[in-house]
Amino acid sequence: MFKRNKPSATDRKRELFAQGATQSLLKNDIKNFHSLSQLVLSAGGLRKTASKHSKTTHFEIEILDAQTRKQICIVDKVSPTSTLRDVKQKIHKACPQWYPSRIGLQLEHGGPFLKDYVTIQSIAASSIVTLYFTDLGQQVSWTTVFLAEYTGPLLIYLIFYMRLTYIYDAKESSRRFRHPVVHLACFCHCLHYARYLLETLFVHKLSGEHTPLKNLIKGCAFYWGFTCWIAYYINHPQYTPPSFGNRQITVSVLNFLICEAGNHFINVVLAHPNHTGHNACFPSPSYNPFTWLFMFVSCPNYTYEIGSWISFTIMTQTLPVGIFALLLSIQMSLWAQKKHKVYLKKFDSYVHRKSAMIPFIL
Amino acid sequence: MASSEDEGGNGGSSEAGEEKETVKKRRLGFLATAWLTFYNIAMTAGWLVLAVAMVRFYMEKGTHKGLYKSIQKTLKFFQTFALLEIVHCIIGIVPTSVLVTGVQVSSRIFMVWLITHSIKPIQNEDSVVLFLVAWTVTEITRYSFYTFNLLNHLPYFIKWARYNFFIILYPVGVVGELLTIYAALPYVKKTGMFSLRLPNKYNVSFDYYYFLLITMASYIPLFPQLYFHMLRQRRKVLHGEVIVEKDD
Repeated sequence: MFKRNKPSATDRKRELFAQGATQSLLKNDIKNFHSLSQLVLSAGGLRKTASKHSKTTHFEIEILDAQTRKQICIVDKVSPTSTLRDVKQKIHKACPQWYPSRIGLQLEHGGPFLKDYVTIQSIAASSIVTLYFTDLGQQVSWTTVFLAEYTGPLLIYLIFYMRLTYIYDAKESSRRFRHPVVHLACFCHCLHYARYLLETLFVHKLSGEHTPLKNLIKGCAFYWGFTCWIAYYINHPQYTPPSFGNRQITVSVLNFLICEAGNHFINVVLAHPNHTGHNACFPSPSYNPFTWLFMFVSCPNYTYEIGSWISFTIMTQTLPVGIFALLLSIQMSLWAQKKHKVYLKKFDSYVHRKSAMIPFIL
Repeated sequence: MASSEDEGGNGGSSEAGEEKETVKKRRLGFLATAWLTFYNIAMTAGWLVLAVAMVRFYMEKGTHKGLYKSIQKTLKFFQTFALLEIVHCIIGIVPTSVLVTGVQVSSRIFMVWLITHSIKPIQNEDSVVLFLVAWTVTEITRYSFYTFNLLNHLPYFIKWARYNFFIILYPVGVVGELLTIYAALPYVKKTGMFSLRLPNKYNVSFDYYYFLLITMASYIPLFPQLYFHMLRQRRKVLHGEVIVEKDD
């Protein structure tokens, strides 16, 4: 099963030559210690060059189950430049039930999952590499996740906006006049999710990454569930308009639109960090005033996102929207701090004076 | 500027810094252990007082009618004091999941304050006695287990009790809680307590009756998870089985 590293023919010849030479010298009563040492040194040199040539040209990868430690399969004849993506393809050929995105590989049990771009050369300690396999479960692409998460709220809100008879009382719906803020809220909500969908399709560069199916279910449950709750009350025939009337509505709508525009421009900058097209440096503010928030925070997209939802809460004066905004703020502050730490490691000179999400606070 | 000064300071006496840190950790560890020991002794004592009060009441009166009223202050105090368990998990002095502890403690607080305390007519129900007895025995066992564990002197009987009593007491407690909530439903529906109707300036409505129904339904997925987790722990602790649990 295991291949041993066999010494090459030239290797053996050199060894025999070195042995033969030293033996003959010893037989001649070691005429000169200096010449012996020279010969030994030269033989050593020969061995060094030999080891260069005897580098393993192929690796054998043993795949063990991370839970039971039982062998699943052996992938042989793997070139040093091969990546783990190639290995996963070969595992998929051997075991068709596990497609590449479903396979998680670790160097040691309980260690981190290795990235697809990692080469075999960089992780190999010998010609036989042992990797631990974990079935990551059914996977879906991030694009699918985002499209599902954001299409739902867009359609769900419109269903409630139409005040269907099986949701609200028909008599009350027809009798009650709708406050303009209800129409405005519908416009803002649809704008928000339409922007999200268009950015997912045309702006974000989601590099074919996958995520477990349960994340899709969790995300959809969260966004769709909250949209039902929010839309039910905003479009309810007994909806109460904001306490401070038009002033409250106007200010919050303007703030909402500013935050939406800001979020869009930040996402564009993050998708195209510089003209060279590689993420070599931390995104910096440009002539566009919406990007100036980069001077104060590492993740202005989250700042604008929370700004949008706070504005929407004030505009509609609805408690469920406030709860949704609060939960999003908590989640996004955690994401922002995580990203901020990564940025601190990568671009210390850029970020050390900045906050993660809220200028001077968080 | 400040960061470079800090680095210089640390670099100058790294060994001293490390020593200080370990001393700090040790002191924190000692303080945490001391506090947890005090907390667990207090809770064991509290629940023992409750147990004695319950037995005395029943022996004197020969009925459970009025039992809750006689012990309610002590019960509310010690059950609310259990909120500190969530704090212990958050600050990391107890290596337990915040979510699991949170669900357990908040369900107890909910039962004490939002059901039994708030709805007077159900205080004499048989189901109240059912969950009170289950809680009392469970908590005395649990807190005494923690106390002896912290003192590094754990008698086998307490260890055995901790991992065996729950087999009967958990289902009994859950049945008691569910029957109590069920008994409260007609009163809640009639009075409309804790409910909020539209229109209001917050544009939200809340119906406590339906909330109670959802709470009862939530016991179906939550209880088996907790129960089987405890059974796995029991196998591990009492029988020394190595259980391979699949990661989520």
